[in-house]
Order: sequence, then structure tokens, then C-alpha cells
Amino acid sequence: MADNAEILSGLAEIVEEVAGIDAGDVAAEKSFVDDLDIDSLSMVEIAVQAEDKFGVKIPDEQLAELKTVGDAVDYIAKNQ
Amino acid sequence: MTGAPVEVVVTGYGATTPLGGDAASTWEALLAGKSGVATTQGAFTERFDLPVKISAQLAVEPTDVIARVQARRMDRCEQVAVVAAREAWAHAGLDGDEPKVEPERLAVCVGTGIGGAVTLLDQDDLLESGGVRKVSPLTVPMLMPNGPAAVVSLELGARAGTHAPVSACASGAEALAWAYRLLQDGDADVVIAGGAEACITGITVAGFVQSRTLSRRNDDPERASRPFDTGRDGFVLGEGAGILVLERAEFARARGATVHGRLAGYGLTSDGYHITGPDPSGAGQSRAMLKAVQTAGLEPSDITHVNCHATSTVAGDVGEAAAVRKALGDQPVLTAPKSALGHLVGAAGAVESLVTMLSIRDGIVPATLNLDELDPGVSLDVVRGEPRKMDIDAAMNNSFGFGGHNASVVFTKV
Repeated sequence: MADNAEILSGLAEIVEEVAGIDAGDVAAEKSFVDDLDIDSLSMVEIAVQAEDKFGVKIPDEQLAELKTVGDAVDYIAKNQ
Repeated sequence: MTGAPVEVVVTGYGATTPLGGDAASTWEALLAGKSGVATTQGAFTERFDLPVKISAQLAVEPTDVIARVQARRMDRCEQVAVVAAREAWAHAGLDGDEPKVEPERLAVCVGTGIGGAVTLLDQDDLLESGGVRKVSPLTVPMLMPNGPAAVVSLELGARAGTHAPVSACASGAEALAWAYRLLQDGDADVVIAGGAEACITGITVAGFVQSRTLSRRNDDPERASRPFDTGRDGFVLGEGAGILVLERAEFARARGATVHGRLAGYGLTSDGYHITGPDPSGAGQSRAMLKAVQTAGLEPSDITHVNCHATSTVAGDVGEAAAVRKALGDQPVLTAPKSALGHLVGAAGAVESLVTMLSIRDGIVPATLNLDELDPGVSLDVVRGEPRKMDIDAAMNNSFGFGGHNASVVFTKV
């Protein structure tokens, strides 16, 4: 079980791989769309990679609710 | 119709080919008589026992030029389109902070023959091995045949329309014809036009092998593509992209652009004869050539050079030479750049149109490589051995495609 810091850092690596955003810029308060400029296609890729990495399921209706990086970290922490 | 009401000029160009990662290095290598054909590299060559082991692969990998994150969202055929378009855009002096052309007056017309076949295969493998969730959400935009045109329009912010002619090996030339029409019709001031292809993989090679169209000269790759030679045994599959910046001359002059050539006319016809083989009468090809001459407001005798489609297949080359003679007469001096470049499929007509225009501008025609013994069925003068210096006022590029597509474009000196 990864703790929140480990989830954040793992998620940041995925975001950097998929969207080219420096992992250091992927902070909890950042919005995927408004701050990090990640489009819906890249969000799907990030979700799939996060599922594999953290052993969670992120259904589409849930993905739509994950507005910020922090939302995603919390969801993964609760559901892993 | 005689004479075009709107003068269409070429103000920039870009290319990435088996001979070089840009237009200048490609042109230099062509004039130097270099070959882009070699033993095919890639994992698929070990996976399948293909009887054809040679191809004309890119001199410079597009992923060496395009940022990783942008590249991973594109199929290889889209990547090469972007590489060539960026070069053309900068070469035309359209880059920089201040927009030189309004986005609403900028169109894109980039064709492909096959498109994102490699993406389709890769994603199908992922579907088979890992299920739906493993398939990239970018699958469709990466495999769609309008993909190369679309990524170029995104890259440059073109909003006057984005078009993707698909006519197999005529696609690149047909894209120039459509661009010419867009400019004639007043739909745009500038059109980014050309073709892109990158589909050298197991299934395409196998498919062309089964249609008996590829050269099997595996032991001597550089000698394999030999248009018009008696020893030719098929074409060599290549990959690459070519882009021209076409512009209304009035607009180009007003912004002080350098003009490299004029796209004076085009002819598009179809054979309606056979799915792969050309009509042996050459009637469709001749009609395309004549139409191109007519839209350019010229006489057939004005065309002194033809940059041929000539792919190095047994039937095609001789048929084209006969069709040239029938349409234009005895005077055109021919060359066949596929002897060096291989066959770039949907990019061929664009890259070779660029070569045609450069031949006019620089007064020199590259030699046809490997032409040791001219097929007796060819009664025209084919440049071989050394490139030939000649003053050219008007020249033609021919591109023909599976499906019976015939595209001819005429360039004139400025």
C-alpha cells in the first residue's frame, strides 16, 4: 500500500510520461485540465497507467470527478 | 480553360526522405547520385520470413526532431508530415511571433496512401494481449488517413480548411492539385500542401509482395530500384514526406516572400480499368498530362522535362514513357527519382514535385540511377550517369496510383 506521498510521486511520473509536464509541477492542488492543460485523451491514458501502477479501478464516471491531482491521490489511496 | 486567373507560386518547401532529413540534403544527395535503399531494419524483419528484405527508410528518425510527448501522440506518418511542414513553414518565412497569414486564410492539403497502418497493428496487438483498456485513446486520430493533414493544421493553426486526398501513390501530387484549386477558388491565400507516408512493416511489405510489385534484389539494395532499365523487377518501398508552401502570387509579393517556382497547372484523371494495373493504352495518363498542360495555358511542346512516376515495375515504366510521348511529344527529357528515393507511396508525388520545381529553379535534372540498359520500349531521352544541366521553362511531375488514379502537375520558371 502506497502512502499519499508515494501515490503523488507515482502519479507525477505518469503525468510526465504521458503529457510531458515536469513531475515537479504536478502538485496536489493543480487541476488536470485548467492548470496542467491535460486533454481528455491524455486523462484516459493517465488513468489506465494509474490503474496498473496502484492496483485500483478508475471507472469513467469516477475519472470525470477527479478534477485535481489531489482528488486522484485521495481516490487511489482509498481504493487501492 | 487556358491560363490560370490566379498565379500560384511556391514560397517554401520541406522534406524528410531516405536521402536526408530535410529538403536541401535530399536534393544534394539526389544530384550526387546517392541511393536511399538499404537492407530493411526493424523487428518485423525477424518476425516474418519476407522474400523482400530491402526498402528506403528515413535518413533521420522523426523522433529525433519532434519532442517526445508530441511524437507519442502521432503515428509515424503524422510525424514525418509535421517534420516536413515545420521546415516548409520556416523556409517560407511564415514562422515567427507575428502571424504572416491569417489563420482563416491558411489551408492544409496533405495526402497519404495508407496512413496509420502501423498504429492499427500495434493497437490491435494491445487489444489482443491486454483487452480494451490497453488500447490508446489516440488510436483513431493516429490511424486515420486525414491524420497527417490534421496534425499539420494543428501545428500551424490553419483554419481555412484541412483536406486529405487519398489516391494511393498519386496522393501527394493530387494534394498539390487540390491546393491549386483552393487558391484558384479564393478559399485561401496560403496552402500547406504535400504528402506523407511511413508504412514499412510486415503487412504492407507482404501485401506488395503478394501483388508481385516489389523488387527482390535483396543482395544489392542500391541497385534494386532501376526505372526504365531492362533489368528492373519491381519497386522499392520507401517512407517520407514532402511539403510545399503554395501561395497566391499577389499575396506572396505583398509580404516580400522569396518565390522558388510556379505551380502552373494540374490534370487529374482515372483509368476505370484495373485496381492495380495501369490501362495499357496509357490513355488515362496521357489525358492527365494534357489537362495539366491546358490548365497551365501551355502547349504540349512547351514541356521539356518530365519527372516520371516510373517506379521500376516491368509494365508501368514503359507504359508511362509511351503516354508521355503520346501526350507531349518527343522533346521531354525524363528522369525517375524513385531510382534513388524508393517509392514513397503517398509522399512520392509531393517529394518528386519538389524535385521537379528545383530542377527548373537550379537548371539541373538528377540522373536516373541504375539505368544500365534502356528498355527498348522507351524512345525518349532519360537522364542517366550524371545529372544534366538544362534550362527548363516548364516541367511536369507524374504520379499514378493503385485504383487507376493519374495526377500530373506542371511547374514553370519564375
